Amino acid sequence: MGKTTYRDALRQALSDSMTTDPNVVLIGEEVGRYGGAYGVTKSLIDEFGPERVIDTPISEPSIVGAAVGAAMSGLRPVAELMYVDFIGMTMDQLANQAAKIRYMFGGQIGVPMILRTQGGTGRSAGAQHSQSLEAYVMHTPGLRLAMPATVSDAYHLLRQSLAQPDPVVFIEHKALYATSGELDDQTPVAPWGKAHVPRQGDDLVIVTYSRQLHYAILAADKLAKDGIEATIIDLRTLNPLDIDTIRTHVERCGHAMVVSEGVMTAGVAAELAARISEECFDFLENPVIRIAGEDIPISVSPLLETNSVPTPELIADAARMMRS
Amino acid sequence: METQTNSRLAELYPMMRRIRTFEERVGELFVRGQSAGSMLHLSIGEEAAAVGVGTAMRDGDTFTTHHRGHGVFLARGADPRLMMAEIAGKETGYCSGKGGSMHIADMKLGHLGANAIVGGGIPSVVGAGLAARHKRSDSVSVAFFGDGATGQGVLYESMNMAALWRLPVLFVCINNQYGMGTRIDNATADPDLYKRAIPFGLKGAAVDGSDVEAVAEIAGEMIGDARAGKPGFLVVDCYRFYGHARMDKSPYRDDAEESEGRLRDPVIKARETLISRGEIDGSSLDEMDQNIAAEMDATIDFAADAREPQLDSIFDDVYDPSTPPPESVRGRLARILGQSQ
Repeated sequence: MGKTTYRDALRQALSDSMTTDPNVVLIGEEVGRYGGAYGVTKSLIDEFGPERVIDTPISEPSIVGAAVGAAMSGLRPVAELMYVDFIGMTMDQLANQAAKIRYMFGGQIGVPMILRTQGGTGRSAGAQHSQSLEAYVMHTPGLRLAMPATVSDAYHLLRQSLAQPDPVVFIEHKALYATSGELDDQTPVAPWGKAHVPRQGDDLVIVTYSRQLHYAILAADKLAKDGIEATIIDLRTLNPLDIDTIRTHVERCGHAMVVSEGVMTAGVAAELAARISEECFDFLENPVIRIAGEDIPISVSPLLETNSVPTPELIADAARMMRS
Repeated sequence: METQTNSRLAELYPMMRRIRTFEERVGELFVRGQSAGSMLHLSIGEEAAAVGVGTAMRDGDTFTTHHRGHGVFLARGADPRLMMAEIAGKETGYCSGKGGSMHIADMKLGHLGANAIVGGGIPSVVGAGLAARHKRSDSVSVAFFGDGATGQGVLYESMNMAALWRLPVLFVCINNQYGMGTRIDNATADPDLYKRAIPFGLKGAAVDGSDVEAVAEIAGEMIGDARAGKPGFLVVDCYRFYGHARMDKSPYRDDAEESEGRLRDPVIKARETLISRGEIDGSSLDEMDQNIAAEMDATIDFAADAREPQLDSIFDDVYDPSTPPPESVRGRLARILGQSQ
């Protein structure tokens, strides 16, 4: 299919899914005429009409709640939450309804909906529009969690998410929309729930996801010049979590670092580090090192913002310290 | 049981009595140590809301309920034995013992779920309405909730959406005057709740919840309107005869208020009306009530004798059965500590 952007790959995934499955509907603030706050759903309303691309009032709880009811009634809704920072507004519908309905009702019905949203730093968007709140989702049994880092996964992970029988929270990264890359729309890098290993080295493993994948790759390029060869694991989904791939590489390398843009304390990095420590204890030569967001809100100042989350330099420095 | 006429009221009475008796037996289940939960919210005094609206719905219509939703589910055709088994946390129950009183559901009867989050089930009917429109079906979805939910923002969001999109939806507020221990006039400056529909462009109405005929009549109209794309908000005014939950002795209200409130008894009123109109005599009604009592007595034995869930079902249905269940703590321990030996 050739070169495209993360944004256009997401749109293509939505368009292809809507073409294939008439029960796929989009619902959210500004998804229709405006085309999505970040342009992902641009022109889909022209292609599929206002009954399938539904602009809503600014009512996040009921957007997610309507998606729950629609999913229970035979549709496959893709609800859009403009910023993951607003997830607190929706947490009842997400965590108490969508996540628990299958279990509470004894397996009578699932809730095959997607909640598309985006998070992360990179646009000087301030403390209420720059967070990485995936830990809230990962902490909730019943919710799947997908976080695409690449153009290929913007397409394929969204298509894979739309094939899941359970609710999927799909968190894009706002700094990646304009990134470009090759898209082969027939061939995902991995099936649903499996990590991808874009780089393999013997000296340490960097486990990451979303935009930090790109920072890890930049760091690994620098480290290679110093003679340190890193394996990089792009998790793609945090639930399911592909612990097998992590274990395979950590056992081989003996050094593991996890990198997440979310804040450190009780975050995704903490969970990953705990799992690796438990699963690979006999193979580890260092403690598992967490490189994560600082335990602070995000500033508007680009200088402060950039230094609130991991940078390629920080990742590389940490790797050198581990291997020195 | 023999009835001499087929009037609307004569048809509605037995279900109200079944609900009343079922709710009384739920309390007995607890006393017998068979109830899985202490979270039992009885709808005694609210039977006309359940039956009046429930019987105005059709097969294929869907609904969500609230903490106090036993009556609505019975009115929509629930098997009281399976309900009692679910309340007792048994495998035989509607939700395999995982839901209980507050999370009971049955997709076959269109019950999209009881909800223990005040107002939590309301937006589901917006989604069900969107699905009905999308599939060109003529089904209606009804959200049942209490007056407590009128304090929740999600109600107004959902009312706005339903009106905006002309969805086949009805919002039914069973106003029993109390959100837990807070009387409605302590929760809002304007307890005429039906008026809240009007700014959204919904039809709003209030009806006397001690008069099941009146409830059925207006519910029939409003559900018909909803089916035609004119959603509405119906307030059924009644009185919660007992405490919020089983252990609540209602210290926040006085005996005089309770006595007066319990005069608004939809079951007694229906019974007296049937007799005074000469439709059914007292002894026939007594016989009917006794038969219902026997049916509901049997639900307690059914629930008591029902199978407990298998312990290994604990990880089932977190996710779709086609995917691996979560790993247990013990399973992980064995795997990890086994590996390091």
